[in-house]
Amino acid sequence: MANQGVNRGRRRFLVAATSVVGGAGVAAVAAPMLASLQPSARAQAAGAPVEVALGEIEPGQRISVEWRGQPVWVVRRTDEMIEGLSRITDRLRDPNSEVEEQQPPYAQNEHRSIDPEFLVVIGICTHLGCSPTYRPEIGDPEMGAAWQGGWLCGCHGSRFDMAGRVYSNMPAATNLVIPPYKYLTDDVILVGEDDEEGGTV
Amino acid sequence: MKKLIAATFVGLAALLTMPAASAAGYDGDLMSANVDVSNQNALQRGARLFADNCMGCHSTKYERYNRVGKGIGLTEEHMEEHFVFVTDEEGDPVGVGSLMEIAMEDDYAEEAFGVVPPDLTLTARIHGEDWLYTFLKSFYRDESRPLGANNAVFDNVGMPHVLWHKQGWQELVEDEDGNERLELVESGSMSPTEYDRAVRDIVTYLSYIGEPVQLERQRIGVFVMIFLAFFTVLAYFLKKEYWKDVH
Amino acid sequence: MASNPDEKIQGGFLGWVDARFPLSQMWNDHLAKYYAPKNFNFWYFFGSLALLVLVIQIVTGIFLTMFYKPDAELAFSSVEYIMRDVEWGWLIRYMHSTGASMFFVVVYLHMFRALLYGSYKKPRELIWIFGMLIYVVLMAEAFAGYLLPWGQMSYWGAQVIVNLFQTIPYIGPELVTWIRGDFLLSDATLNRFFALHVVALPLVLILLVAAHIIALHEVGSNNPDGVEIKAHKDENGLPKDGIPFHPYYTVKDIVGVGVFLIVFFAIVFFAPEGGGYFLKADNFIPSDPLVTPDLIPPVWYFTSMYSVLRSIPDPFLGVVAMGAAVVILFVIPWLDRNPVKSMRYRSFAAKFNLAVFVVAFVILGWLGLQQATTAVSDMSLRFAQVYFLFFFLLWFLSRERSAGFSILAFLVLVAIYTFYDVVRFDPDEASLIMWGWLIPTVYLFVTMVAPVFARGLGRDRAVPQRVTS
Repeated sequence: MANQGVNRGRRRFLVAATSVVGGAGVAAVAAPMLASLQPSARAQAAGAPVEVALGEIEPGQRISVEWRGQPVWVVRRTDEMIEGLSRITDRLRDPNSEVEEQQPPYAQNEHRSIDPEFLVVIGICTHLGCSPTYRPEIGDPEMGAAWQGGWLCGCHGSRFDMAGRVYSNMPAATNLVIPPYKYLTDDVILVGEDDEEGGTV
Repeated sequence: MKKLIAATFVGLAALLTMPAASAAGYDGDLMSANVDVSNQNALQRGARLFADNCMGCHSTKYERYNRVGKGIGLTEEHMEEHFVFVTDEEGDPVGVGSLMEIAMEDDYAEEAFGVVPPDLTLTARIHGEDWLYTFLKSFYRDESRPLGANNAVFDNVGMPHVLWHKQGWQELVEDEDGNERLELVESGSMSPTEYDRAVRDIVTYLSYIGEPVQLERQRIGVFVMIFLAFFTVLAYFLKKEYWKDVH
Repeated sequence: MASNPDEKIQGGFLGWVDARFPLSQMWNDHLAKYYAPKNFNFWYFFGSLALLVLVIQIVTGIFLTMFYKPDAELAFSSVEYIMRDVEWGWLIRYMHSTGASMFFVVVYLHMFRALLYGSYKKPRELIWIFGMLIYVVLMAEAFAGYLLPWGQMSYWGAQVIVNLFQTIPYIGPELVTWIRGDFLLSDATLNRFFALHVVALPLVLILLVAAHIIALHEVGSNNPDGVEIKAHKDENGLPKDGIPFHPYYTVKDIVGVGVFLIVFFAIVFFAPEGGGYFLKADNFIPSDPLVTPDLIPPVWYFTSMYSVLRSIPDPFLGVVAMGAAVVILFVIPWLDRNPVKSMRYRSFAAKFNLAVFVVAFVILGWLGLQQATTAVSDMSLRFAQVYFLFFFLLWFLSRERSAGFSILAFLVLVAIYTFYDVVRFDPDEASLIMWGWLIPTVYLFVTMVAPVFARGLGRDRAVPQRVTS
């Protein structure tokens, strides 16, 4: 084998070119493989928006609906509960909902909803994904005299108020997530889809 | 030797493009359906005819309303309005992302037709387009059958002649040479040409739904071929370059 | 391996690894310093291509397993789910189904290469044995995989093959029930076939492939001239006719990969049903234990063996014959004792023998796809006879035979199958039987009797000392 007269530059160029094109080919095959792991058409169909009728909810009552396999809570807050929201702002980590990913813009207010009366929130703790329990009673002895109603996560003890805002120094670092929703009529909301303004009340 | 190898591969390629065995048990000549799955108008007309005439009995349960709509150029609202006939347990129409099932119970169907109408999602892949086209054109009047119709392609078929009001009625007649053929004895609302087009549209739709990705697959395939040809040429030059060392 | 003075002591990360794991050594042993004959031709692409298809099958298979449901109620629709609902699922599935057929295309061509150049002969018998084991496991793997879509062809194809075991005397019926795990082919069967297809058999396959390659690299590759390149070494102890596998054969094999992928993806994108040979139309009908399709041919890669089965009128003997058709391939290294490896230097008779075998194998394959009419069955029998006679001829042509022995052996063989023809003679099929009789007879005449009269036809040529380029 004689190595005289080898054109090293040409050889290096061809090795590089073949490697790059071959690498691109491998990437082009890998892309659809990895894309196949995304939610399929079935998962997307199962994740379709759900309608919720508000008229049947009693004041203070919480109902739970399923959207994308997650519990979505709709709570009709009493006047007392709404008033309670402003009393505890100093105990909360993010009272003004400044972490933007946690809610759509139309829920970035004290009551974290379109209509102050109705809270729509995903019932999954932002710590490690447990579903917190509902503790609506104001001054619940187990929760302390200052308790204004809210949720307690049984897994690691995170506390949330009646707008899903997390208390300070809890395992959970962010408020509960508000899903996109909109009012179809005064009485019916559609969870999982919104217009930019979130419809009208 | 090289010639032998080349001949072998040409032979193999010919074998691959030759259809193996036809799936249907009909050995007469099939009419050519000549469908064009890229024709969105034909697809939409076919889908509409299918929804109005077939979907009462035949499900296409591996497909979803919204994806069919997307594939043939109809909006979700249109699909909801004209295609979704099935309701959920609460009596509301099912979502547009649902599979295209039917409401008819198997037991009821078996009593009415003697057989459960098959799901038609894959029927074009099972029977082929030409068979479907010929089948839909080959119903004829036969009073001995429970539903008054028979089919020249599928003898003693359980299916009634659903499109009789469009095609009219054919009868099986024998010509001088003793060959059997179908003759239109009672015209329907469509002329024979119009009926042929309607059937072709339905078959186009069935072909589409049998493999919705068929057009996209061929489109992507062209790019893949070009890319691989480029890669192979590069690799060939690389090989030639290195093999200059070998004497 | 003795340390080479040219080799620098590697520092850095590679040195760290090499002190703990023989990475550089493996690279050298199997690629950079593995000396392969420089005269590989077209037929030598298929080994690396088989490896490529194995990788394609494993990768696409892993992804399919993420979506497929091994459940009689759900299996069929989960395949359509992959084809429609899963993003790019159709591509993954078509790659896998095309890969199954292409695996056999590549493996059959690879096996033909071994027959063509005597690659199974001493000292490469074990490579051949490992290769045959791979072939058998691959058939089991393909068979188990074919059941999974749970369509009509899946169901009835498996039904027929599983029931072959029923013909075994005494234990047959219980054995079949045990294989199925039920009194009919059912959910239990599907579940265990799934386990075999995705875990057990691929594992065995990979181990066998490793053994096949290790054995090959131990003794070195054969080549189209059938010359041992290790017999002529230069002053450095390197084979004069050898070149390092890397980079020379890696760059060459990449060209082969490119051409192969063009064929492969042309099928995937433009003819995924492979003209009905790769995906059968009836398999788009969900399985139905109450309705048998008109014709249940196996997938094309099994049909040659299947024809052998059908050619024997007795069920159990048919199964034995089919089994023998596979098992006899294992002993080829001990049948063919001719010292000349490559067909290039073998006699006309030997070349004709191999050519007839290939033709018989292809015709048997075609016959296996047809409805079993009388003519098809009779032709199957004739070519099955040719198939088995090939192995006798391999032994017979190991050396030049005397005129007397040649003619005697010819007459004995002809007498055997003629006797069978007389026993089964049916006046209605007289012409079929008589014309068909000519097939093995002409074959034997050319390979055994003709060389007696024209000695040149049976004489091997001198093998060169070094490879011809």
